[in-house]
Amino acid sequence: MTDTVAQPAAVATTPPDTMAWDSGLRRLMMIYLPLSCFVLILLFPFYWMAITSFKPNAELMNYKEHNPFWITSPTLAHIKHLLFDTAYPRWLWTTMLVAIGSTTLSLIASTLAAYAIERLRFRGSPYVGLGIYMAYLVPPSILFIPLATVVVQFGLFDSPLALILVYPTFLVPFCTWLLIGYFKSIPYELEECALVDGATRLQILRRITLPLAVPGLISAGIFSFTLSWNEFIYALAFIQSGANKTVPVAILTELVTGDVYQWGALMAGSLLGSLPVAIFYSLFVDYYVSSLTGAVKE
Amino acid sequence: MSVTTLSSAVLVQRQPNWLVRLFDYKPFLVVMCLAPAIGLLAVFLTYPLGLGLWLAFTDTTIGRKGEFVGLENFQYLLTDSLWWNAVFYSVVYTGIATFGKFALGFWLALLLNNHFPFKSLLRAIILLPWIVPTVLSALAFWWIYDPQFSIISYLLVDVLHWRTTDIDFLGSPWPARFSLIAANIWRGIPFVAISLLAGLQTISPSLYEAAMLDGASAWQRFRYITFPMMMPILAIVMTFSIIFTFTDFQLVYAITRGGPGNSTHLLATLAFQRGIAGGELGEGAAIAVSMIPFLVFATLFSYFGLARRKWQQGESND
Repeated sequence: MTDTVAQPAAVATTPPDTMAWDSGLRRLMMIYLPLSCFVLILLFPFYWMAITSFKPNAELMNYKEHNPFWITSPTLAHIKHLLFDTAYPRWLWTTMLVAIGSTTLSLIASTLAAYAIERLRFRGSPYVGLGIYMAYLVPPSILFIPLATVVVQFGLFDSPLALILVYPTFLVPFCTWLLIGYFKSIPYELEECALVDGATRLQILRRITLPLAVPGLISAGIFSFTLSWNEFIYALAFIQSGANKTVPVAILTELVTGDVYQWGALMAGSLLGSLPVAIFYSLFVDYYVSSLTGAVKE
Repeated sequence: MSVTTLSSAVLVQRQPNWLVRLFDYKPFLVVMCLAPAIGLLAVFLTYPLGLGLWLAFTDTTIGRKGEFVGLENFQYLLTDSLWWNAVFYSVVYTGIATFGKFALGFWLALLLNNHFPFKSLLRAIILLPWIVPTVLSALAFWWIYDPQFSIISYLLVDVLHWRTTDIDFLGSPWPARFSLIAANIWRGIPFVAISLLAGLQTISPSLYEAAMLDGASAWQRFRYITFPMMMPILAIVMTFSIIFTFTDFQLVYAITRGGPGNSTHLLATLAFQRGIAGGELGEGAAIAVSMIPFLVFATLFSYFGLARRKWQQGESND
């Protein structure tokens, strides 16, 4: 009799225990383990890039005596070579100039366009918005050959100005779409009040809508900056002289020479070239995530 | 007294000069606001698109104005084994890479949708491959795939002793093809995962609670709630992903430049090689144009195949 009473009690107390342990282990196996594998694989190339750029050549080419995953005698030789023996600072400067120029241009164009489409409301404004959005679906790989002839026609071949003018083709659609979403979230009543008070449309845009859309402008701005910093195919096709190249193109075409690749210098170049966007990114992570997801949502 | 000063102040405000009035005239303002964006897109996007279509029907080369040759370029492409190779690899590349990106990306999004410490930090780290310039991370992959000093070979041969010889990643066609696909998947996972995570967070928890009360298993909850609710966002993200994977250029150009033996040419790299490097603008344009039917088909398939109903956020285009 006592046995039968005691047994259910034991059964009742043990399961939660095993379940708690089981779910802890389960959580480890189902969430943390795969997650750490993902993080490891996604970050490894960057670790490899960083560690290669500080390794002396002797360690770089000898895995038998040196553990390749670590550096025993770190060196700045590759970075020094890059900064003083190549035109790397010049490339960085050009890239910065192109990225800032095209970002500014596309921010101005897309703010005005988004304001017109979302707030001035004319007949057919949704179709104009859709048309601009469709432009985002045209991949640069289809456009670069005819664009090269257009750039030559305009006399802009081999000039960074060509890139500043061409990059907005993929920045404007994205920014416009993002800003339309932001403008939508600003109450229309605010503008009506200003209109009643006698403000002109441009005053409303400058004094009311834009200050409220600052988060959207920051998102669009950093996104444009990143996209123009990373752009490759147009920069490869339109720029020929070594001095005017952007960082991604220059590393691939100027630093990759001969049969023996200078892996240390190549990786140092990649690391330095990634650093500006990585720093930018770390400062504005939330804006990146919101603009990425916002663009998909809109 | 005070009333008259007020009204005169109002009068002054109400009679601005003609320039201000012009900028307050709505049709003019609309045109002025749209002009920069539309102008840029018309000159550098629509016009080149049309020009590209025209060039594809001419025999233009760099420095020589071409003549209209009809379908000659396309007829030539149909007999060109390199073009067929590029079509084949573009389709394989897009197919496998898209599948890999979405399978792994969806998994990562589901993992990230759990609660654990340092979640936002982790999310920030995961997006890194997508932020860094593709060519620069491609260079890192090139180094990882080095025939002699590949770290993967080192790991498999010297540390784990699973193999006895180094892997020749980029030296022969099929390993090179799969190495490029792996690099593309690596680069694509963060975008897919973060976009899908945003979609996962919009699914109302009450749906899961209701399903749990009805005794649905974890798999059933995924199959009948998560998956259908994610369909619309999956369709959009996949459309984008397919378009930009099919027309990919950077990874292949940076790692193999189409080699070994032209086996890893995508249509975009082949177009570059013929059109810009080789100077045959007409033929290059024809190769670029030949991507369009594939893109249209892929877009229609992924968009209309997946998005059976209109997407919640997208439809309110009021």
